[in-house]
Amino acid sequence: MTGNAARPPCRWGPVFAAAPRLAAATAAGLTLSGCQMSLLNAKGPVAADEANILIVASIIMLAIIVPTMILTLVFAWWFRASNLKAVYRPDWAFSGKIELVVWSVPFLTIVFLGGIAWIGAHQLDPAVPRESDKPPLRVQVVSLDWKWLFIYPEQQVASVNELVVPVNTPVQFILTSSSVWNSFFVPRLGSMIYTMRGMTSQLNLIGDQEANLYGLSTHFSGDGFPHMLFPARIVPDGAFADWIQRAKVGPPLDTASYGELAKQSVADVPVTYGSVEPDLFRRIVDQTIPKGPGPGREGDNGAPPNVKPKGGS
Amino acid sequence: MSDSAAIPGSLPGVVPIRRDPNHLGHHARGEGDSHATGRGIGGPSPKRIVVAYGFWIFLLSDIVMFAAFFAAYAVLRGGTADGPGPAELFDYTNVAIETVLLLLSSFACGVATLALDARRALVFQAAMAVTFLLGAGFLALELREFVDLVARDAGPTRSAFLSAFFTVVGCHGLHVTIGLLWLLTMMAQVLTKGFRPDILRRVMCFALFWHALDIVWVAVFTVVYLMGSAA
Amino acid sequence: MLGKLTWSAIPFDQPIPLVAAALVGLVLLGVIAWVAVAGWLPYLWREWITSVDHKRIGVMYVLLGLVMLIRGFSDAVLMRSHQALAYNAPGYLPPEHYDQIFSAHGTIMIFFGAMPFMIGLMNFVVPLQLGVRDVAFPTLNSVSFWLTASGALLVNVSLVVGEFARTGWWPSPPLSETTYSPGVGVDYYLWAIQISGVGTLMSGVNLVTTILKMRAPGMSYLRMPMFCWTALASNLLIVAAFPILTATLAMLTLDRYLGFHFFTDEAGGNSMLFMNLFWCWGHPEVYILALPAYGVFSEVISTFSGKPLFAYRSMVWATLAICLLSFTVWLHHFFTMGPGGDVNGVFGITSMVIAVPTGVKIFDWMFTMYGGRVRFTTPMLWSVAFLVTFVVGGATGVLLAIPPADFVLHNSMFLVAHFHNVIVSAVIFAAFAGYTYWFPKAFGFTLDEVWGKRAFWFSLVGYVWVFTPLYVVGLLGMTRRLQHFSVAEWYPWVVAASLGVIVMIVGVVCQVVQLVVSIRRRDQLRDVTGDPWDGRSLEWATASPPPSFNFAVMPHVEGEEAYWAIKQRAREQARLREEPDYEPVEMPLNSPTGIVCAFFATLVGFAMIWYILWLAALGLAGAFATFVVFAWRDRVEYEIPAEAVARINRLNRASRLEALQQARRKEAA
Repeated sequence: MTGNAARPPCRWGPVFAAAPRLAAATAAGLTLSGCQMSLLNAKGPVAADEANILIVASIIMLAIIVPTMILTLVFAWWFRASNLKAVYRPDWAFSGKIELVVWSVPFLTIVFLGGIAWIGAHQLDPAVPRESDKPPLRVQVVSLDWKWLFIYPEQQVASVNELVVPVNTPVQFILTSSSVWNSFFVPRLGSMIYTMRGMTSQLNLIGDQEANLYGLSTHFSGDGFPHMLFPARIVPDGAFADWIQRAKVGPPLDTASYGELAKQSVADVPVTYGSVEPDLFRRIVDQTIPKGPGPGREGDNGAPPNVKPKGGS
Repeated sequence: MSDSAAIPGSLPGVVPIRRDPNHLGHHARGEGDSHATGRGIGGPSPKRIVVAYGFWIFLLSDIVMFAAFFAAYAVLRGGTADGPGPAELFDYTNVAIETVLLLLSSFACGVATLALDARRALVFQAAMAVTFLLGAGFLALELREFVDLVARDAGPTRSAFLSAFFTVVGCHGLHVTIGLLWLLTMMAQVLTKGFRPDILRRVMCFALFWHALDIVWVAVFTVVYLMGSAA
Repeated sequence: MLGKLTWSAIPFDQPIPLVAAALVGLVLLGVIAWVAVAGWLPYLWREWITSVDHKRIGVMYVLLGLVMLIRGFSDAVLMRSHQALAYNAPGYLPPEHYDQIFSAHGTIMIFFGAMPFMIGLMNFVVPLQLGVRDVAFPTLNSVSFWLTASGALLVNVSLVVGEFARTGWWPSPPLSETTYSPGVGVDYYLWAIQISGVGTLMSGVNLVTTILKMRAPGMSYLRMPMFCWTALASNLLIVAAFPILTATLAMLTLDRYLGFHFFTDEAGGNSMLFMNLFWCWGHPEVYILALPAYGVFSEVISTFSGKPLFAYRSMVWATLAICLLSFTVWLHHFFTMGPGGDVNGVFGITSMVIAVPTGVKIFDWMFTMYGGRVRFTTPMLWSVAFLVTFVVGGATGVLLAIPPADFVLHNSMFLVAHFHNVIVSAVIFAAFAGYTYWFPKAFGFTLDEVWGKRAFWFSLVGYVWVFTPLYVVGLLGMTRRLQHFSVAEWYPWVVAASLGVIVMIVGVVCQVVQLVVSIRRRDQLRDVTGDPWDGRSLEWATASPPPSFNFAVMPHVEGEEAYWAIKQRAREQARLREEPDYEPVEMPLNSPTGIVCAFFATLVGFAMIWYILWLAALGLAGAFATFVVFAWRDRVEYEIPAEAVARINRLNRASRLEALQQARRKEAA
């Protein structure tokens, strides 16, 4: 998984290579089918609620700010010095009625939006389990230097940089970090949450449509940070069972292999582990397993220590 | 600023002056009648007020800094990492002596201020010297406590609790050290320059500083030592 | 002997920083050589470097701000262009370099671009508006400035000696701890910010004292110009918030240098503590920048609308409300830490509540224009553009304050677009509005309007062009600080944003050209009366540039808009006020304390970054010695005789009278 391939030496090549890629990407971006990440195109109820709040709140505020913007321009233009039709009132500097309006308009808006914030903060609190008939799937997430480890404790498998969950099944994520902070986020599934060493955070999501999505880290974690993009698939129950079966053939994940994994590297190709040492996650959280070692101190002469993410980009 | 009028050096007849020591207001600060509040009546306050006021604002900001350290201590108090906690480490006799020394030094500093008002140089120097000795005694005891803790494998790198403890107490100690340096400087200034208004103002600021360190110490004593071991 | 410093600290393998640094170095050397050959060094030393005049110091602050804004902008150009080339490709900046660039961009823009610019404007304008001769502590003011410059110098030295932080502009642990950032980058950040932070704090103390204790007779609180109010609020925030930053960074420094455990997430340490403390400073910091900006807009809009500020008292209340509320919102920076519904809900609402006083201000500025005679000069254009674009940033801010919305937008490009939308609209627009507005006061001639308007339009278009795509790409799930990416749908938007940067570059060039053209045409652009814009507050009551003592006699203030009243009376009676009785003026002597002190501070900082302990000790001793030498001076002031004061004031009175009579003749004709 650590390809060790040197980064392409090319520096200015991309300038010339960019044009065809731009054209292809524009085409993909403009057709909805190409949308892998749009927040407004939800694949689960949490993301749908959040997108809804985004849209509703935006509309409310547009209703305030668009007239404000227009009025500003109208006032400025109508009262321009060269417009002799405009009445000049050099001493007019207060009106109780206007003050009443200008204090109450933002105030009422905030009362309303504050209500949305309060209710939303509770209903969409990541720690609140999602309701469903199905029993929840538990996934333990560990952010490593610069990849994600997903442990399925009930299935006794684990994967690196590949998240597969069954459709319409609530997923209970419990998250921690082996080294620095990261933030776990699958845009179209809903809320993100920080991963922090020595602590766990909780996130409850549910996917209601089959989809091939992407997830990423949204909290900068060092030089290999962009490599933390990973595929996240919402699949039917059968396909999920198949994936578990296929994963079972992988190597075991124990303290030693976890120690390897915790070193700084990137994993652009997902890897699966066929078995997981019991209690591995708990030991990562209570730090009885060593933390991610970082770049080491050999580069500690002040020069930019060449800690480059190994592997292609 | 091309106008040569703005350039002090090029003004004809500009004479460097020595300030009249008894003139507390001064023209650069406005006509400065000494009752001016600075609140719009009578123009700018006299310099004595301005300096003390400014120094108070600085002290408030310093107290905010201590507040941040206290907050860190409060958060990390439980983070002993299976190492020694407050109850095992703190020697209250030592802390009590430290407190007495610091309070007495504040008293001595007060005496110095009174001596200054009475323009009695000898009493002033003596009181400042006593302030210095008491402050230095406080510092010595604090250092002894630190050395003792480190020797017992309870140095600041042992746990987050100890990091916070050393930082809060050490930051106060650093202030006391700077205060002592300042104190010596002021003794020397009064000795060589006499009771000049600018030096009177500096001594006043020093006194404010020294008393503020007492207030901070009361907080250190309460939050770090008493509440620390209660939890 | 030299600690960690070796030749390998200089990145010979990286052409971009080396070439950039070489260019900057050459330019600097060229300027110094030019100045030396022209024989201006003694003048510079005497009149600027050692000056304790608040106006000179203000100008130097603004100059530092301008240079650093350009420096930070070039980082932005690198980032945008790199990202446009980094779709399924490595771009042209390796990650360890790209990460330094976005960290440096944020650090420089906030601490060394926007802050000095705003502090410079406040320094220059506040004593003039209050009708006094200087700030409360003139020499301290010089020390503050030079310490800020010292911090800026350290950040720029990191370009060629060692590296800068690769952690983002807030070095959040544990990434910034030695385990994960063993190099000197974070240390450069820490020492640069600590040193300049001390300067900022001192400047805050100075201006608070000035505003509260030193005002012209009759200038009661509710007669102060709006800019003084916002400056007061901003400096109160500096005094209350910067010590928190100092403490927080000191803790991180102890972690890194001495192995303490504040934020290590081991041995009981807690990295969440850093986030809380940092943003306890960080959010007030936003208002430290924004409040003086609001003050600038208040002055500019009122002046160029030919009307008093609408609902002045309401504005004062709104300012104070923002000042207080800014301390109640820090938690919205980490809703996604999982603090639970109650905490998130409360902080979501407090964050939104700030929008109320801000909204009031927007409406009051609008109604200031209503019934006015709006003159579209460059400062006014910046202000109107602010009103129109800032509301979008405000609205997206309220949106992000809703916790569930933040759960999907946190740290996204949407967030990046939001805070640039507010900071650029408010602070940068205000900076240029204020710069153009008060430039004639500082130098005695106005800036060229044609180039000013060009700069405005290009900057505005470029800015909208850059940040609109970033809003969109944020909604498409793109996060910030990506050195490369492989998501096709982001690519066109990233490219679009980069194209906007080109327009902004044109704007920046126009801004520079404006200055050059204006200096060359200064004789046509001369402001002889000291009141080029038909201003309303006291800074326009004195000559441009003002004499070192600002006012020949201290003005007596009899109402709001002190100068407007004086001017109206003069117009009605067609004559100036009676000539006052001139008295000698005493002013503080110049002092090299500031620059010497900053020299030693730089030594200490550099030495600590590279673990050269003897040098650090030497620096500290030097700084103490500097203060002792300063304290031992016997002469602290000089006297300007009454005749000189009279001569200077009569010159200005003559040109004002001339202007008054001209206006009468024009009216009659």
